[in-house]
Order: sequence, then C-alpha cells, then structure tokens
Amino acid sequence: MTGAQGATRPPYGRAPARARAFAVASLGFAVVGGIAAAIRSQSTDNDWLAVFLLALPLSIAALYYGRHVETQVVDVDGDEADEAVARTSRRIAVAAIATSAALCLGLAIWSAWDGLQDVGDTFFSWENIKSSFPDVVEGFWLNIQIFIIAEILVLGWGLVVATMRRAPGRAAMPLRWFAVVYVDVFRGLPAIVTIYLVGFGLPLTSLPVVSNPDLSIDIGPFHLDQLACLGILALTLVYGAYVAEVYRSGIESVHWSQDAAARGLGLSRGQSLRFVVVPQAIRRVVPPLMNDFIGLQKDTALLNVLGVLEGFNIARIYAGNEFNLSAVTGLGICFLVITIPMTRFADYLVKRDQKRLQAAGG
Amino acid sequence: MALVEARGVVKRFGEQTVLDGVDLEVEPHKVVALIGASGSGKSTLLRCINGLEALDGGTIRVDGRSVLQDDIKLNRLRRDVGIVFQSFNLFPHMSVIDNVMLAPRKVLGVSKADAADRARWLLDRIGLADKADAFPDRLSGGQQQRVAIVRAMAMRPKVLLLDEITSALDPELVDEVLEMVTDLAHEGMTMILATHEMDFARDVADKVCFLHKGSILEEGPPAEIFGSPRHERTAEFLRRSLEGRSR
Repeated sequence: MTGAQGATRPPYGRAPARARAFAVASLGFAVVGGIAAAIRSQSTDNDWLAVFLLALPLSIAALYYGRHVETQVVDVDGDEADEAVARTSRRIAVAAIATSAALCLGLAIWSAWDGLQDVGDTFFSWENIKSSFPDVVEGFWLNIQIFIIAEILVLGWGLVVATMRRAPGRAAMPLRWFAVVYVDVFRGLPAIVTIYLVGFGLPLTSLPVVSNPDLSIDIGPFHLDQLACLGILALTLVYGAYVAEVYRSGIESVHWSQDAAARGLGLSRGQSLRFVVVPQAIRRVVPPLMNDFIGLQKDTALLNVLGVLEGFNIARIYAGNEFNLSAVTGLGICFLVITIPMTRFADYLVKRDQKRLQAAGG
Repeated sequence: MALVEARGVVKRFGEQTVLDGVDLEVEPHKVVALIGASGSGKSTLLRCINGLEALDGGTIRVDGRSVLQDDIKLNRLRRDVGIVFQSFNLFPHMSVIDNVMLAPRKVLGVSKADAADRARWLLDRIGLADKADAFPDRLSGGQQQRVAIVRAMAMRPKVLLLDEITSALDPELVDEVLEMVTDLAHEGMTMILATHEMDFARDVADKVCFLHKGSILEEGPPAEIFGSPRHERTAEFLRRSLEGRSR
C-alpha cells in the first residue's frame, strides 16, 4: 500500500500544502493574538507579550519550512502548481513574521510611551539644545583649537620618541631606555590621571614656562590660557606615546632588504630612510595614526576636570542648571560631526591599502 | 692590478664562522663565479665586498680603496660596487624609471633630465622601455630582476655583484636574466656572481671559485674546475648538482 502510494505521488507532493497551512496558521495566530492583546491591554497590561512570543517562533518555523520545501520542490523539478504553492507558503510566512514583529514593537512602544517621552525631553529637548547651542559651539571651538595644536605636537614628539627608540649604538642606550620607559608609563596611565597630574601639579612647581600663570598661546585664531596649554601638554604626553609606537611599527614593517638595496646603491643611511623606508612606512601608518587622532579629539573633553571651559564643561553647566541633558546631546552632535567622517575616512584608507596589497598578489 | 682584492677575510655570526680566511682577486673586465653548497659563504662574501656586513678579520680592497665600516667611506665605495639580490628588492612605491633614477640623482647629483635619459636608454636596451612608468608589482619576476640589474648599472659601477639572482625566479624566466648578464660580460663588465647555475658559470665566467665551509677550496678556469677538479669535495659537489639538474 505504501509502495503504491509512493509510486503515484511525487516525493514532495503534500509538503508544499503543509507548509502553506503552517504559514497561514501562524499569520492568523499573530493577527488574532494582536487583537486579543490589544483588547486585554485596555484593562490590564503585559499579557500581549506572551501571545507574541508564541506567534513569532511559529512564524519563523513556517518561513523556514516553506523555504525548505520550495527548494526541494524546485530541485526535484516538481510540477508548477507545487512550486507555486511553496512560494506562496513562503510569502505568507514572511508576512506572519513581519506582522508579529511589528505588532510586538508597536505594543512595546505603546506600553513604554510615557518613559520614552521622558527620554525625548531629557536628551533631545529642542528648546534646551537651541538655547545652549551657541555657547556650547563656542566651547567646542576651544576643543578644536586644543586638538589641532596637540595633533601637530604629537606628530613631531612621537617621531622624536620613535627615533630615540631606534637610535643605534651603545652610546644611545640611555635614549632607548628613556623612550621605552616613557612609552610604557604614558600608555599605561589613564589619560584623565595624566591630565590631572599635569594640569594641577605643574603650576605648583617652580619649573620654567609650565608654572608661569601667564603662559598662553595667541597665534592667529588660537587663543589658549595656561590651563588649556597644560591640557595640550598632557594630551601630547599621552598620545605621543601611542603615536611613537605607530611610527615605530611603520618603519619596522618595511623589510630590511629595502634598506639593504638602497644602501647597496650608495644611498646614505639618511637618504635610504628618507627616499625608501619612510615613504613606504607612511602609507601603512596613516590609518592607525588617524585612529589615534580620533581618540585625541574625543579626549579633549577630559580637560573639563581642569576647569578648562571647553564644550563639555559648558554643556555640563547648562545641564546642571536646567536639570536637562540636552545641552550635552548638542555637544555630542558637535563631536560626531567631526569624528564620524574621520573614522569613515580611516576605514576607507585601510580598505584601499588592503585592495592594493591583494592586487600586488601579496 | 686587481680591481677587487680580498685577503684573509673572516666573518662570524655569533659562534658560527661563515667566512674563514677567504682570498680572492678579481681582475678588471673579468667575471668570477662563486659556486658551492648553500651556506658555504657565497652570499656573505658578496655582502662583505659591498660593505653590507662588517668584517671580523682580513681586508678587502676595491679599486685600491679599503672596505671599512665607516659610513662616509662606505657610501663612496658603493658607488663603484653595484649589488643585485636574489629577491630583486625594487622599491615598490616608485615607478620603474624612478627606481633606476633614484641613486644617480641623489648620490651622484645627476640632473633629472640626464638621469631620465640614461634610464630610458638602459631600459630600452633590455626591451623594457614601455614599462618605464609601470610600478614593480606589474612586472614579472624576470622583468623585475632585469630592472634591478639596470638600476645597479645606472650608477656605472666598476664591479657588479650578483647574489644568486635567478634563485627566486620561475624556471621559464631564468634565461632572460642570464642572457642579460652574458651581454654585460661581453661588454667587459667586471662581475662577481654567486650562482647555482653551473652551465651558466661555465659559459660566462673567466674564473670559478668553489667555496666550502667558508673558504675557497679550489679556483681556476671553468674548463679546469668542471673538467678535472683537483679536490675530492669539488668533484662531489659538481656530481651532486648535475644529478639535481637531471632530476
């Protein structure tokens, strides 16, 4: 009897219909459950969740089953009616999933509506952002000045430290040790601790320049007082350690045979570095360098511990007075406007380098 | 007078003695082939002649000038001593012609136009003029190695050191490089080459030196070395490399 059935029926004859039934059932479950939950939630709440947690897995099962059947029907080259049924069952299943997910989300938002409104008011109050924004932007301009100057200093200082660490010969041993200890210490310390120590500690000493309360930078658009200058110094110390390592790995990533080839042609040590090693190192160094700069830009906000009136500090003052954090959101947007394009650009450079490497067959 | 003259050259890497009292004389316009097993010191000897390795004993003189570990003297010496490596070592961030022009411009102070003229002329002679503006990664291994030789020749060296320049090449690319070296030999270029290509050494060299464990065990005209080696070890080495080839 089973043999006769097997002979008369194609292998998946019933399966598409089964999948369709499954899908229709789950869609129905989702819709009926939605209505039931809506009615119930008028009186009590939270029963809807159980209903939808049932509808969702059922719908996923229907989708999976329908999809499975469809591929098999197509694979055995079943008749067209079967394929159509399988496709329909898959569509219904998709609809069931979408329906239950949408209802789920809708009900979740509905039940938490008051809380969400509070979130909107606390973080995204248009009034607050608007009134604080001019001052916040003015403060943020100080962040920009700080990170521009710090980035320039970091580029130079990092190179100095990297060169010290690679200095050849026994005479340069103290330099190498200094570089190693410096990098270890400032990469290991939390940035905020370094900033605190430098910003509050150095003015208490009688060291020249840094303890002078009249220390300031006044060049072109840059206007920075002593605290901001000390903040720049601290950031330079912290990020100089990172960038020194970036430089070092870049130079070391150029194979020594490149230097040998250059020296073999008669180029001096310096010429080989300048024309052969460093140009190759820079390409590899730019993406990690950009990442460190993004970190530096964000960390300018840490200078608020010194009382520097940069964007975050001003936004914080607004937030405290208004008991509303929207001013800080405004500052966050300022940062994102600068950091997101930069991160994207760094990613693009990395991807481009990878492509070039692949093209070179390496 | 010999153009290159090595006397009792000793080189150690840590405990290991790589060169153990090597004497070598190379007359102008002659080609000397260094043969021997891997690790016998062929490459190290070439690198010492170019000053890329410091000596632990003995002296090397090139054109009467001592090879000393002094940066300024070495830079001067290397103008006269070109070296080409097994792994080409073209500068990947420069076009082919910039690779060739770099040293003449920066070391000899040749003007850009003159350097470019000479580079194009050299590239044209080896049939790579159309690759002048390409980057090295677009070239085959054989083409890259020929450019590396041209790059060394652009400095008009008095002697050219070739360090197993065909060892990293696919077999079908070896001949184009060897032909180029043969042409240079016919033009009277003084060369010292470390090689595993025995047929090539026999054809192109005026003198063949067999290195064994850091010293020159036997040297002489190719006919003598390959025809009737005096030393047991030389015969053994030649037999093995012939077997290796027939495989």
